[in-house]
Amino acid sequence: MGAVIKPPKAVMTGPVDTHLPETGHGFDYDLIVIGGGSGGLACSKAAAELGAKVAILDFVKPSPQGTRWGLGGTCVNVGCIPKKLMHTAGIVGERLAESYHFGWNVVEEDAMNELSAKKEKFSWERLVENVQNYIHGLNFKYKVDLRSNKVEYLNALGEFLDAHTIQATDIKGNKKKMTARRFVLATGGRPVFPQEVENAEQLAISSDDLFSLDREPGKTLCVGASYVSLECAGFLTAIGNDVTVMIRSIPLRGFDEQSATMIVSHMSDHGTKILQPWAPSKLTKVGEKIQVDYYNVNTKETASDTFDTVFFAVGRYPDVKGLGLENLELKLSPSGKIQVDEFERTSVPHIYAIGDIVAGGIELTPVAIQCGKLLATRLYNSSTKKMDYINVPTTVFTPLEYGAVGLSEEAAVSKYGKDNLNIYSKSFNILEYQLPHREDQGFVKLICVKSENEKVVGFHYLGPNAGEVTQGVAIAVKLSATKQDFDDTVGIHPVCAEVFTTLRLGQTEDSGC
Amino acid sequence: MLVRFRRRHILETIRKYHKGDSNEQSSLKHQYDLVCIGGGSGGLAAAKRAHLELQSRDIQPKIAIVDYREHPNIVNTSPDRPEINWRWGLGGTCTNVGCIPKKIMHTAALYGEYVQNASEFGWKVPSTVEHDWESLVENVQNHIRSIHFGYRSDMMLNKIEHINARAKFLDKHTIEVTDAKGNVKTITSRRFIIAVGCMPKYPDIEGAKEYAITSDELFALIKPPNKTLVVGASYIALESAGYLSGLNQKVTVMMRSIPLRGFDQDCAQKIVEFMKERGTTFKQGCVPTKIRKNKNSFVVEYVDDKNSVHVEEYDTVLFAVGRKCVADELGLQQLGVKFDNDKIDVNEFEQTSVPHIYAVGDCINRGLELTPTAIHAGSLLSRRIYSEELVTKNHKHIMDYTNVPTTVFTPLEYGSCGMSEEDTIKKYGQDNIEVYLIGFTPLEHEFTHKDTNKTYMKVICVGSEEKIIGFHYLGPNAGEITQGVAVAIRLGVTKHDLDSTVGIHPTVAEEMTRLNITRRSGLVAEKRGC
Repeated sequence: MGAVIKPPKAVMTGPVDTHLPETGHGFDYDLIVIGGGSGGLACSKAAAELGAKVAILDFVKPSPQGTRWGLGGTCVNVGCIPKKLMHTAGIVGERLAESYHFGWNVVEEDAMNELSAKKEKFSWERLVENVQNYIHGLNFKYKVDLRSNKVEYLNALGEFLDAHTIQATDIKGNKKKMTARRFVLATGGRPVFPQEVENAEQLAISSDDLFSLDREPGKTLCVGASYVSLECAGFLTAIGNDVTVMIRSIPLRGFDEQSATMIVSHMSDHGTKILQPWAPSKLTKVGEKIQVDYYNVNTKETASDTFDTVFFAVGRYPDVKGLGLENLELKLSPSGKIQVDEFERTSVPHIYAIGDIVAGGIELTPVAIQCGKLLATRLYNSSTKKMDYINVPTTVFTPLEYGAVGLSEEAAVSKYGKDNLNIYSKSFNILEYQLPHREDQGFVKLICVKSENEKVVGFHYLGPNAGEVTQGVAIAVKLSATKQDFDDTVGIHPVCAEVFTTLRLGQTEDSGC
Repeated sequence: MLVRFRRRHILETIRKYHKGDSNEQSSLKHQYDLVCIGGGSGGLAAAKRAHLELQSRDIQPKIAIVDYREHPNIVNTSPDRPEINWRWGLGGTCTNVGCIPKKIMHTAALYGEYVQNASEFGWKVPSTVEHDWESLVENVQNHIRSIHFGYRSDMMLNKIEHINARAKFLDKHTIEVTDAKGNVKTITSRRFIIAVGCMPKYPDIEGAKEYAITSDELFALIKPPNKTLVVGASYIALESAGYLSGLNQKVTVMMRSIPLRGFDQDCAQKIVEFMKERGTTFKQGCVPTKIRKNKNSFVVEYVDDKNSVHVEEYDTVLFAVGRKCVADELGLQQLGVKFDNDKIDVNEFEQTSVPHIYAVGDCINRGLELTPTAIHAGSLLSRRIYSEELVTKNHKHIMDYTNVPTTVFTPLEYGSCGMSEEDTIKKYGQDNIEVYLIGFTPLEHEFTHKDTNKTYMKVICVGSEEKIIGFHYLGPNAGEITQGVAVAIRLGVTKHDLDSTVGIHPTVAEEMTRLNITRRSGLVAEKRGC
């Protein structure tokens, strides 16, 4: 998210395909969902609950490094869940280091200032074991959940033979043909290893591998300026690894630039090295380590360094390989994503697509879930309600957490013009940081349109619990809240969020209570 | 011409809002344009805003804050209580003995939990951790002093005079101020804003004032309170008991009837249950009758709801049984300022019965006893009096005391905005409201196997459009989550609006976007699966 992503253009009309009967259609299933991630699970369960006969296929192709996982998709296995837990491990480390100032006798004052001291106090293996145990528990829960919702689950790869028939192939190579009245594609995306970087795919890892890595990452190079790269670099540093982030151009493209810059400078203040604007050209195995040759994108100057781990987070590609889409007349976008209309219909009328594989969508778990549920209620409960992609809030779990809803300042300027905006921003002190004398501040920004009674079109927040703070604001922004509405709301004291009730133009610094 | 036009507008504002207060803005007859009595949240906010508005009109304002507080009964008079290191500085209750120190203490208790859970997240920590009360108190007091310093320099920068003295009205425009050394002087002012706040009450029982403490002393105790009896069921009582327990003290709460009166009782009960599970003892239906000293501890006599008398010994007895307004010492009654019980009676414009004397904050009969309410009201009041912009804007700038959000920093934090379930039933009838509720376990708690299904969210809706009139949340970061919701509630948010907002994953707050179990359904309001 960040910039506004417009809903995909309609390629056909009407919310639901009606050319075949809903019952007595002669197919094995009413609906087959391909992909057992957030979107697919939500859609299949909702459809089954509404009486449809549903099967769901989920199959994880191993990463180039051979990592595999269970039911639940990216979010549960290699995304939101493990990354938030590891981020939390980093935050817990900060609190451990500061607990001295609150009277706890666990760690001496300043004893965890150095990376090496943190590393000594940390067991990567233990964290990974606990995270993986937790995830396995969730995988199991999802299976049980499908069963109790009467959704048939197959751990198999689905391939279209024709528009109503798929062949499901399990890990042992057993094949089974299945037919369905309708299909929902929800196979999501996977991390990209750039082809132009020699040996990237062979030697580097991605977010598919990091959360189950059986050894401590050690000296790590994170390539990419995506939120995945910055989040991982952030928590790896916080648990004591020597981490460098290599950014080709700007961090967090599409997000509010001022906020993105603050996130990166905070990371830099807390020990993450930032290389900008540099890009890798070649990876070479040197003993147990990896040598990385890289170059300055502007000056073409070259350099090289060795790392224990090289981590790529330069983007994700839609995982449609092996689906047999070539056997269907299914329109793809130039980037290989699936084209759908506002009702998630592909160019084949009875085939729908949701989640990260959709062109022009927003790659977020709750978006996929909501899309899946809404689709199911349109298909099986005569609803016409469609997904609203406007004002979708999001958060980034960098060490300085970020929460946002609406437009970035850049997007607002290009939409409304600079002169038509009032931008209220403020850096603020965080009470919890005062005892440990931590200098980090929070930051908030409200972007308001002058000609629309100062309607708030962008909210940006940097500080602890950013997602928690942003969720309620997202509702207010959806209700077209104005600056006056924020002003009229009484603050809750003492919390960080109260800062957005007292913003004034020209007052950008905290001036006490 | 422009000046005259502006002036006319200002005069209209004053006439419109503050009946009886003359139009004259600044008078050579008085030493000051405005004197705020009380340097707490409300007084400071009013003074700063008045200064800002006047200065933006190129008027050099003459503003003073008169702030003074001596300890109610112990500090200078009781040589046998040296463990209380009590100081008072600019900033009022919130800074000195309220929000700030209590949130730090609460945070300290939370840090204890983080430290205990750290090993689950991979950190190598010893299995037992100890807490050093003295060093926490020292750090808390140092932080408070740094806030005092911040306020003082803020005042100096703004040329707002800070008079550290006790005030008493001689006539409607004159006060006499007496400092700690007994120096007396007389001050006249065009207007006054009374913002003296409240102080903790002591029950009228033997030994209370001599041997017990209140929240006024707790944050400055230089020895750990150890075995502590907290008397009262107010949020102050429960918060104090909560963090003291979290800081390894042995705590009993004694309450006469129900916890957190006025708050949602469903939530209040859950808070008490949670605290019990965490090791706080509750003696419900009990009232203390006498306290006496026994060597280094205190013997408390109390009666239970069957009128049986019991005796128990504690190291510390803390009263949190309510607060009383301290405005009665100002000599306001003789000027004709009306009181409502012990609080100052004001109209919706925070005006007392003497038109140029205003009052904000905890000392007024319309207040809510919350820092941001005092700040908001003080700031709005000064804008109404001194701003030249108001009449041109279609906004009344009157403090709205409805839908004010709040939070309680009990171990299970509570955040709310709008009405309690009891009040909605009383107002609209059971059949006209729909209550959505869910108990769940945040990711971090599920990971560390603690507090299963203790986090709780409840939304109360009225009418067919399901307008939200109450939001209640128990769990981590309650205040942070509630603040944004409070903006939405002001905008008349409906359940449908909640449902159509996309969640932020993985957060606790996202639960508000997918509430689907109603109280009416009788289903178990507990979440299974992601």
